[in-house]
Amino acid sequence: MLVFTTIAIVRLRSLFAVVMLSGIYSLLSANIFIVLDAVDVAFTEAAVGAGISTVLMLATIGITGYEMKKRSNIKRFVPLLVVTITGAVLVYGTLDMPAFSDAVAPIHQHVAPRYILESPQEIGIPNMVTSVLASYRGYDTMGEVIVVFAALVGVLSLIGIRESNVSPIYLEPPARPILQVMAKFMIPFIILFALYVQFHGDFGPGGGFQAGVIFSVAIILYTLTFSQYDGMRLTPPRVLKVLAAGGVLIYGGTGIWTLVKGGNFLNYSVLGKTSVDGQHLGILIIEFGVGLTVATSMMLLFFAFVSRGSNNL
Amino acid sequence: MISLSLYNYWVVIFLMMAGFYILIASNHLIKKIIGLNIFQTSVFMLYISMGKVTGGTAPIAVEGVTSYSNPLPHVLILTAIVVGIATTSLALALVIRIKEAYGTVQEDEILAMDYQDDHGDALAKVDSQ
Repeated sequence: MLVFTTIAIVRLRSLFAVVMLSGIYSLLSANIFIVLDAVDVAFTEAAVGAGISTVLMLATIGITGYEMKKRSNIKRFVPLLVVTITGAVLVYGTLDMPAFSDAVAPIHQHVAPRYILESPQEIGIPNMVTSVLASYRGYDTMGEVIVVFAALVGVLSLIGIRESNVSPIYLEPPARPILQVMAKFMIPFIILFALYVQFHGDFGPGGGFQAGVIFSVAIILYTLTFSQYDGMRLTPPRVLKVLAAGGVLIYGGTGIWTLVKGGNFLNYSVLGKTSVDGQHLGILIIEFGVGLTVATSMMLLFFAFVSRGSNNL
Repeated sequence: MISLSLYNYWVVIFLMMAGFYILIASNHLIKKIIGLNIFQTSVFMLYISMGKVTGGTAPIAVEGVTSYSNPLPHVLILTAIVVGIATTSLALALVIRIKEAYGTVQEDEILAMDYQDDHGDALAKVDSQ
């Protein structure tokens, strides 16, 4: 399935179809991730790849136009040759790899047994992905959050957000009644689900990254079905910018707090009465910081792209 | 048996090369970004494939389960996906600026304009001397 979708993306010239197919491609790959036991990853891929990414792409082609011209001098042979050679070399490289799903492969020997065997006792939460993400590899995750924030700053400095102060003219009955009513019905549930994913991430699949994306989807749905003006009045970009920076600050601040308490940077064990209590508290706080930054960043990115288009949504 | 046990990696490589092909052969900047996304997703799949263990289950501790898939690649890829969308949006923002500056997002037209500019500057210098 994935292979056929990819071939279709390579062959198609209609940009709209290509963007839609790339959304389908993301959803299919999310299914593959579930089959391969990576539930957290599948969750993120479905929310980000099939959701936000498609919306941002559509907003961009709304600005740049749908038409795709053929290259004047077609040189299809050279890229094909490069790709074939690279692919052949990579296939040759896989011949040395351990067989798929081999339990004694080198990747399962180094730190993974420790994460699997000890993290449920040491951190006290059953979802190993969350405990590795937030505690053992807290430095990495902090870096990722800062990268997301930096990309947001980059986008805002490149295209910025044009706040529209003009209220759209409302027709009676509203312009898109079915969509608007259905969206109003769904938004509370989406937000509730986002909060569940945020705070239940220790026990089931989920966490700050997924919850942030799902939360922003609720606002994006509202903005798409109503208008850009309504979306920005509900969540003013000025406030969102402060919150996005605040999320990073919460994460870093937790690190400083552990330092003040006498531990290492981002070692939450010192925060609570017992080590496990501290880990719980620390993970909860930094996941909140992650969720805050991701949610506000995604909303700001969306606002930046839609407000750039000349036609108001 | 070897051929079947490595099948997953070969599909990944096919997808990766398809993305790579779109990236270098396509003339449209947005399609190039989509190619880059496909390339990226195939790398995600490579990591997740490596983390899978026969008979293992999702890495969430449950009573009575002894074999889990490796959680480490999941963590790395989870964050990589979110960073991926952030960098994609940065690329799309650049595309919008290019569209505004050049009036087109076709690579050959942009290159032609750049060439024209450089060439034009050179001619102007020759004229001034």
